[in-house]
Amino acid sequence: MVDKHLSTQFDSELNGVSARVMELGGLVESQLRLAIYALSQFSAESANQVIETEFRVNTMELDIDRELSSIIARRQPTARDLRLLIAISKTTANLERAGDEAAKIARMVKSILNSGASRALPSSDLRVAADLASGLLRKALDAFARLDTTAAVSILKEDDQIDAEFDGFVRKLITYMMEDPRTISASLDLLFIAKAIERVGDHAKNIAEFIIYIVKGADVRHSPMDQIESAIK
Amino acid sequence: MNTQTAMLEKTKISVSNLNFYYGKFHALKNINLEIPENKVTAFIGPSGCGKSTLLRVLNRMYELYPEQRAQGEVLLDGTNLLTSKEDVALLRAKVGMVFQKPTPFPMSIYDNIAFGVKLFEKLNSSDMDERVEWALRKAALWTEVKDKLNQSGSSLSGGQQQRLCIARGIAIKPEVLLLDEPCSALDPISTAKVEELIAELKNDYTVVIVTHNMQQAARCSDYTAYMYLGDLVEFGATEEIFFKPKRQETEDYITGRFG
Repeated sequence: MVDKHLSTQFDSELNGVSARVMELGGLVESQLRLAIYALSQFSAESANQVIETEFRVNTMELDIDRELSSIIARRQPTARDLRLLIAISKTTANLERAGDEAAKIARMVKSILNSGASRALPSSDLRVAADLASGLLRKALDAFARLDTTAAVSILKEDDQIDAEFDGFVRKLITYMMEDPRTISASLDLLFIAKAIERVGDHAKNIAEFIIYIVKGADVRHSPMDQIESAIK
Repeated sequence: MNTQTAMLEKTKISVSNLNFYYGKFHALKNINLEIPENKVTAFIGPSGCGKSTLLRVLNRMYELYPEQRAQGEVLLDGTNLLTSKEDVALLRAKVGMVFQKPTPFPMSIYDNIAFGVKLFEKLNSSDMDERVEWALRKAALWTEVKDKLNQSGSSLSGGQQQRLCIARGIAIKPEVLLLDEPCSALDPISTAKVEELIAELKNDYTVVIVTHNMQQAARCSDYTAYMYLGDLVEFGATEEIFFKPKRQETEDYITGRFG
């Protein structure tokens, strides 16, 4: 990801922390996939596995941040190196929160299972949004590894799709709740799951925004799409 | 190859199509640069890039050496100082220089300051006292030396000597101060004191500093010029140069990818 510095130490430090972020990304992705599996199969076992693995995500976040502080303190990075390190810091935070969302999904699945109302609900509808979100996170991590700004922009456009799915799902849930108030408790759990999935999409989007920051030095957060597209030219 | 960012500042020194030769060696190649007034401009670049050469053109130091010559225009407030018929000593009073190695005169601290002033102004003794004190205060040296103004300039520490040289430079009320690696010979604390001083000086003077130390350029300057092999590669606001330089060569240099 980086070309060589005069200091090979610095190079290996940057490569090291970049690799750690990719590792964290991989872990969060697998947490998410497992949480979605737990949801679609109503598997308490899978849900438990996600919850138990959550601590590893947190530990990695702390380790990466510690490494980052050390590099910044000792190397006084500038320009592209500085932007890379700032972006890694923010990407790590986004990945950790995406990991949190996966754990939330798992906990809600267990709650739904305990309520006994699971089969009555349109949880399979969530599968579409969940796969979109998980796919988006994968794409964001890929694009980050390659510092691909074109891929980053297409990720930003795709996030809108997830938001639309979420809105549609909420409307559907409301009709279920109105028809049968006994499903309200489980429906609310499902709503939280839907929200968690939507948030994962947001985190993927944030990571994409930072790719543009690293490569172009442009902070495109909160910018409209036409500005973003001209930023990557 | 010259690049120039649009500046909203007033220009103090305007360099146009400047070429410089040491004998046959073409040391500065078609330099175009606007040095902003009351700001600190840093020249950075690897050894041999021409930054000290460029600095020394600004007060015609090269005239001390017959085989060195400059062509082009260097306008100080509209007058081309390369071709001006004005006494070069007067130019050097307007454009003062401080060198890498502190060079106190072999005389008392007081006389170090008064010597230059006497060349240009007739001051009575109480006015001279005031000027010496003013210069030493400006250089953040007064409290340390006020009780030993009669002692030799060389009795001071390295950092103090350098601040004495800066005081000497400001005493004659120049408009521009040229600093050629002013902190290279100093320890970190003295360096920090000189850097604090530079930040204050820009309120009253235009400061140009040549430095090997990139972090110093990043800390002290408002504008930075990156030079390489006699070319001005990029010039811009320091914040921009160190966060997102326009040229890949600049980024390679400041991030240490120079190979």
